[in-house]
Amino acid sequence: MAAVAQGTSLKSYLLTRLVLVVPMVLILLTFVFLLMRVAPGDPISAALGGHNVPQSVIDQIKHRLGFDKPLWQQYVEYLGNIFRGNFGTTITDQRPVSDIILTNGAATLELTFFAMIVALVVGVFVGLLAGRFRDTSVDVGGRMFGIVIYAMPVFFIGLMAQLLFGSVLGWLPTSGRASPITQATLQTHTNLFVIDSIYDRNWGALKDVMLHLILPAVTLGLVTAGVFIRLIRVNVIRTMKDDYIEAARARGIRERDVVYRHAFKNALVPVITVIGLSLALLLGGAVVTETTFNWPGIGHELVLYLENRDYSAVQGIVVVFGLVVVFVSLVIDFVNAFIDPRIRY
Amino acid sequence: MAIPVQPIESPFRRRARGLGRAVGPIREARGFPRLMLYIGAGITLLFVLLALLAPVISPYDFDQYQSGGHRFPQLASPSSGHWMGTTVQSTDVMSRVIWGAQTELKVVFISLVFAITVGVPLGLLSGYFGGKLDRGLVLVMDALYAFPYLLLAIVIAFLLSNSIGKGVLTAAIAISATYVPLYFRVVRNQVIALREESYVEAARALGAKPLTIIRKYVFHNVVQNVPPIATLNAADAILLLTALGFLGYGIQPTDAAEWGYDSSRAVSDAASGIWWTALFPGIAIVLLVTGLTLVGEGLNETMNPVLRRRRVQRVNFDQEPEPPIVEAVEGS
Repeated sequence: MAAVAQGTSLKSYLLTRLVLVVPMVLILLTFVFLLMRVAPGDPISAALGGHNVPQSVIDQIKHRLGFDKPLWQQYVEYLGNIFRGNFGTTITDQRPVSDIILTNGAATLELTFFAMIVALVVGVFVGLLAGRFRDTSVDVGGRMFGIVIYAMPVFFIGLMAQLLFGSVLGWLPTSGRASPITQATLQTHTNLFVIDSIYDRNWGALKDVMLHLILPAVTLGLVTAGVFIRLIRVNVIRTMKDDYIEAARARGIRERDVVYRHAFKNALVPVITVIGLSLALLLGGAVVTETTFNWPGIGHELVLYLENRDYSAVQGIVVVFGLVVVFVSLVIDFVNAFIDPRIRY
Repeated sequence: MAIPVQPIESPFRRRARGLGRAVGPIREARGFPRLMLYIGAGITLLFVLLALLAPVISPYDFDQYQSGGHRFPQLASPSSGHWMGTTVQSTDVMSRVIWGAQTELKVVFISLVFAITVGVPLGLLSGYFGGKLDRGLVLVMDALYAFPYLLLAIVIAFLLSNSIGKGVLTAAIAISATYVPLYFRVVRNQVIALREESYVEAARALGAKPLTIIRKYVFHNVVQNVPPIATLNAADAILLLTALGFLGYGIQPTDAAEWGYDSSRAVSDAASGIWWTALFPGIAIVLLVTGLTLVGEGLNETMNPVLRRRRVQRVNFDQEPEPPIVEAVEGS
């Protein structure tokens, strides 16, 4: 996009970026629609799964869902509905997708938020050290840690953590968001259990919720940390070669200050971009984490609907995931533009 | 220095020399990158051997639950009869791990071939010709790239499983679809830079057709980037395949052994403290992915000029004394 962004002010950069979201979202929506509609197989009979249902019932369901209209009309209605915030209704249990997002989305948000914190803390720490002490044993150890952590499937870390901390040591709960008692007594205002329990000053519930969060969040966070380690390490190495580092050294600034005050600060700016990029990884990982830990988030729901071959639910959830990614990457670009003027050119 | 008269080379030798140049950085690699390459290659080779020799090595078939008329015990802990124990369906965990290597490598190989044969040509054409085609493709690929790739793979596998069933092909297509944008991007960006190089310009001035230029001048310079990406990709693809298998969208369990599927069956075992059904397939995944990642990172480090460090150049002081280059770190 060099043509539009050359030598522009912050305002026009942000505007162009904002305008570009429109085709991006359109392509995404069209892609999902085509995928779900053009793919072979009839969604209704798939959802009914071989049960002997009379044709009249099938036609009725088809009519209710609008599958009997011509394709272009379905497409226009689909776009219109999403524009109005209506992501459809599931076929199997006739639940609005927006309802799934509000209740189960909170669980996913809670999980991914804490996972991101774990990933940032571990990733930044190990990545900076590995880059700073390049080619020493610290670097080799840090990189091996990064590679092996990245090589571990989410469910493997999850299962091993469940075995160790759940079955063998018995320290932590391995399934669900809270114990049944907490779930029954906790007033839900936002569906974010951590916030709800703090709001009600229900410290017993808070402890219970946090204990349930530890294993899933650390599992998902560690996997994501692998990406951070790799990128931050390369960034530190690149920054250490920059002229201004040399200049700082030439001015007689102590090596420690050069590294910690000059190099690290600049090496960490791209982390914001990485957060955006790793979001896709995090959301994908969340689907597996939620399944492993029986965490009632969107991913967990998605897998259930996939098993029931519910096309509408799958379509709605996938669209929401896509929109979240587009929106977050927009925010990240905005933040980046404010922080680092170089990006605008 | 006088320019020596070069004998006319056969095309074969010229190609061999080109290959030598491409392998050059690998031979030059020293220190940690070299270690990564060797260890990674060793691990990967081990799994390739496991996959090829599965019928010979594996004690039982992947879905065998009895031998000589009597059924294997269910969920037996590792013993001399079953080194890695047995599953809830009485199958031998070790046999499933060994046969699994075959499944994983097969699917990943097919999916990479698909992704490269679609992504690289698209990137070449889009980058070289530019214009509307390029802009459109970039937009579509960016939209795809931004999408959570596990989700994309699940959806495609879900849709395909309705029509062609859950097999190697379904899994391979689902995985390759998520990697096409990656190859497209890398190749396209490189082609755009190469398009303005003087030797390409010269070829164009001589009246070479676009396809000839792409084939003879651009392709060879671009294709060098593919091996490191493809190896890292292979590592990623195995994670993706096992995740699909774990969620129930991999390969039909009756068709082949797959580590992700086995892990999903181990979830209920883990709750009751049974560790061997989860541990061994998991270790296999971690090892194979680590091996491939090490090869990829090693290749990347030796071939990427920004990261590359060359070994100390040997200086022969008997001849003209030249300033010794202690450590040439390329790039800025």
